[in-house]
Amino acid sequence: MSRLHKMPVFVGLIGFFVCAVLLEFSVDAGWVMQLVVPRPSDTILAFPEVQEDMDLFGNFFVTLAMTAAATFLALLIGVPFGYFLYRNTRYGIAYEGWLAAAFAAPTVLLYPLFLVIFGRSHLTLIAMGFIPGAIPIIIQTRQGLLGVSRTLLNVGQSFNVSHRDMFWKIQLPSAVPTIFTGIRIGVMYTLVNIVAIEYLIDFGGLGRIVSEMYFRFDTPGTYASIIAVVMVSVFFYWGFGRVEKWLRPV
Amino acid sequence: MVKTGLIQTSTPDPGSDENSITRIRVVTAIGLVLLWEVVASLGTVGILYDDVVPHIWNIIIAIYEELVSSSFYRDLGITFAEHIVGFIVGSIIAIFLGIWMGTSPLLRGALEPYLNAIGSTPKIIFLPILFLMFGTGIESKMAKGSLSAFFPVVFTTTLGMVLINPVLIRVGQTFNLSKWQMITKIYMPAMVNPVITGLRLGMAITVIGVLVAELKFADGGLGYRLGIYYEQFRIAPMYAIILIIFALAAAANVGMTRLQDRVNRHMAPTTTKGKKAQASASGGLGVVATN
Repeated sequence: MSRLHKMPVFVGLIGFFVCAVLLEFSVDAGWVMQLVVPRPSDTILAFPEVQEDMDLFGNFFVTLAMTAAATFLALLIGVPFGYFLYRNTRYGIAYEGWLAAAFAAPTVLLYPLFLVIFGRSHLTLIAMGFIPGAIPIIIQTRQGLLGVSRTLLNVGQSFNVSHRDMFWKIQLPSAVPTIFTGIRIGVMYTLVNIVAIEYLIDFGGLGRIVSEMYFRFDTPGTYASIIAVVMVSVFFYWGFGRVEKWLRPV
Repeated sequence: MVKTGLIQTSTPDPGSDENSITRIRVVTAIGLVLLWEVVASLGTVGILYDDVVPHIWNIIIAIYEELVSSSFYRDLGITFAEHIVGFIVGSIIAIFLGIWMGTSPLLRGALEPYLNAIGSTPKIIFLPILFLMFGTGIESKMAKGSLSAFFPVVFTTTLGMVLINPVLIRVGQTFNLSKWQMITKIYMPAMVNPVITGLRLGMAITVIGVLVAELKFADGGLGYRLGIYYEQFRIAPMYAIILIIFALAAAANVGMTRLQDRVNRHMAPTTTKGKKAQASASGGLGVVATN
């Protein structure tokens, strides 16, 4: 028992497999309706079918491309705007409450507006991904620059470095970990919004597959596509967490 | 003006610059309104799609019409019921699980990878499962609300438990407190702030979760109403509903933030000068909470 306490991840894995086996038997015994929850084995077997039928990998890259485009746009606008708010303190104070409010607002509900403007197109997905992505990048860029150590700035000043060098060699490297936190949050929100809109408007990549599988009443396929989305989210979350850890000074 | 190395940032003088900050806000708001009106006028003269960006007075009239319409309050009531039930159920489960995970490192280590995996996933993709389990009625929206509320609350509660000052725990153990006494006398008072932070985040995310579920399949609620207006291409009422939802969400958020600030002032330790240390509930981005 004490050895198990040292391996919680192993205990979690055992628990996961026990739940899967119990579910398999429950569905077989008719205690759980197969139409509602498929056998785990059926869900695993549905992956090749979903891949063949719906091009799971191809659609993963569609979602990935939309997320990358929206994030790039958010970076392009978010970082300079965050820098502007840092340099102009009054603007920073004036807008920080608005940005926080915008970050908490249910911006996903704006999608009908973008549908009206851009139609059911990739532009709608990018625009919907851009909004929640840009806000945390702006906020964290400003916070990161405001948090640069006074000592570092004084060292730069004592070496008489130019404005440009002060920014590129001292301020930006110091602020990168905080800015990257904003990017990580921004990317996660961008991905979430894009998958959500894909699901809602039946257009695009992974979100559309989930919607389509449900409409076909292909329960194992629906579960398989949902697991695919979860795996993509985990990949993003884990990947950006690793990079953030690498960037953050010990 | 304050010198920050060679990079000079204009730090406002508290008294006189309060006015200039207000001026920036007012000018920005007026600028946005004017920009909106210019775009709306371009639609009216046929340069852009007509009615895609309605004039502001049309939106104000639409808001008024919504607020005096009885069907609006029916939909508001449905959304409110779905939100409240979903939020309460999801939060209660999350608080209990969070406390359990916080006190048991084994359970925390075992469940954390799975909770992190699902927590970072867009919850909307679980809608088909909820529709299969609960149907397309009000119950599936409540379930979606619970799912949305669960994750921020469980994360903050667990974190709150883990970060409790060990000195407090040792004091409790020294006094031979029972498990229940430890929970009520040590853990709960120390956990109020993180739990309220989680509830604030959970409440905001539940609103989004419920509305998005209504947009997909529903026969009532503000999300359903928004979807209907979009399908009928009634753009001004569509904007009106969006603005009303934003205002309600902001009001709920402000209410929870004030509650948290009040609790912080009440719970914060007394400093040596006898003044209560104030901790602001606002600011920062909190955990990555997805809809």
